[in-house]
Amino acid sequence: MARKPRDLSLKGKWGAYMVLTAFTLFAIYPVLRVISISLRPGDRLLSKSLAVIPEGANFHSYYQLFFEQPFLHWMWNSIVISVAVTLVGVGMAATAGYAFSRYKFRGKGSFLLGIITTQMFPVTMLLLPLFIMLIYLGLYDSYLGLIVAYSATALPFTVWQMKGYYDTIPLSLEEAAMIDGAGPFFAFYRIILPLALPALAISALFSFMAAWSEYLVAAVLIQDRSLFTLPLGLKLFQSNMEVAWGLYSAGAVMVSIPVVVVFMLLSRWLISGLTLGSVKG
Amino acid sequence: MAAISGKLGNTNRLAYLYTAPAIIIMSLVVLYPFIYNVVISFSNMNLTHFRDWSLKGLDSYWQVITERSFWYFLFKTVLWTVVNLVFHVGLGVFLALILNKDIKGKSIYRTLLILPWAVPQYITALTWRGMFNSEYGAVNLLLERFLGLQIPWLSTEWGAFTACLITNIWLGFPFMMIVALGGLQSIPDELYEAADIDGATALQKFKNITMPLLKPVMVPAITLGVIWTFNNFNVVWLVSNGGEPSDTTHILVSWVYKAAFTYFRMGYAAAFSMIIFAILFVFGWRFIKATRAAENVYG
Repeated sequence: MARKPRDLSLKGKWGAYMVLTAFTLFAIYPVLRVISISLRPGDRLLSKSLAVIPEGANFHSYYQLFFEQPFLHWMWNSIVISVAVTLVGVGMAATAGYAFSRYKFRGKGSFLLGIITTQMFPVTMLLLPLFIMLIYLGLYDSYLGLIVAYSATALPFTVWQMKGYYDTIPLSLEEAAMIDGAGPFFAFYRIILPLALPALAISALFSFMAAWSEYLVAAVLIQDRSLFTLPLGLKLFQSNMEVAWGLYSAGAVMVSIPVVVVFMLLSRWLISGLTLGSVKG
Repeated sequence: MAAISGKLGNTNRLAYLYTAPAIIIMSLVVLYPFIYNVVISFSNMNLTHFRDWSLKGLDSYWQVITERSFWYFLFKTVLWTVVNLVFHVGLGVFLALILNKDIKGKSIYRTLLILPWAVPQYITALTWRGMFNSEYGAVNLLLERFLGLQIPWLSTEWGAFTACLITNIWLGFPFMMIVALGGLQSIPDELYEAADIDGATALQKFKNITMPLLKPVMVPAITLGVIWTFNNFNVVWLVSNGGEPSDTTHILVSWVYKAAFTYFRMGYAAAFSMIIFAILFVFGWRFIKATRAAENVYG
């Protein structure tokens, strides 16, 4: 009797579990290590211990992070910027994606190709001219520059993702609405947009996470410490590793938890958005 | 499609209205800076000629390609991309093959295995830099305990390069694993059952069923992976702390960043960016054409 294709022999099962466990350890070890260091008491930061729960574990680093460091200030800056980017990004992707899904118009192909081409730009390609332009305009060290730059970086993914989702909504819905006398804008706004809510949520979260986790553009466009975002702040701790290892680790844990939880919950949809273009091609 | 467009309002006007915000912002933040970058690349702009720059033709391009560092970092970038992709795809497909079997608890394993992808990239890089600390970092502590080894990771050229590679392999394999898993799940079991009846070996089944059916899913993912890895600034920059030791740990994109924002050699950096883009564009052109073909079919 032949086995089913997805069944494994007993020996195969043992092998599979061993391999999976080994790679899972590889995947989670750095995370455990950060958590462990964040719990170290202040006088044992530079310990050579490998224990996951350190001796004398406490939350002192977290206390310092929240009450003695500008961490909450950085977090506020990051939230303001990320929310602004999300609103701008989702608004643009919702409408542009709809046009790309439903209409045929001049320049459509070149625009869609153009936004794929931007994926091949090295970071400096746009960052250097932006940097020079912002200095000339006197917008250097301001949120506006950062928000505009971030909105554009998330846009290629969100536009393609929204377009892909609209493509799956049958056109007959709009046709029915319009037979009932609705205008084309009403059909989009009241019929299709509510149906696209899952895709809008994904676009929103993607935009938010992209802005929340961005280091490089911020490092160039922001020098003023009172405008620092979380990534800039954490880098500051990290460059002073000897004294701030606990602070960095506690900060890294706080910053990552919301992102990781959201990512895990939504990974299925994020992945389908990412691979949409691929599967079609 | 024309008929359908007709039903949704018979002019292009509405389409342009919907796309206007995106087009305006992309023109402002992508198109205009791109053109500006082209202009700077033909100029001598740098710290001493910041406002009084002038056009110098192809001088900067010539300077880039005649420098030894360009060819050296190009070599490193290609090595970086190839090694990363081999591990990403190899590990990803290998783990996906296992996760595609009927074993208990596989959803827990899958969830834990995508953890590296979920962590923000800059945190991954900064954390691994801490783990590669030669005295207190976990990597050397583990190596010392189990193998009696001490490796000066971040203070030697190839040690730092290897550290960057390990970090990037860690964060990159889950993406390929998930893409491969998606591809594997869409292969019908009947194909394998039929092959079993014909007495095919495991290797024959992998070569003649799994590989060809996985290819259409993996090729676009690998193309994207090459582009992302070639341009992956965060890991190299943050793990090596800006190219340490002494500007040897660079790939093209981190070197050009340093030239632009540490040494303020704007003309040189702009020309350098154009060259990197040209390399990737030549590579990615086939991918774009495939996407355009898909666009025409589904458009």
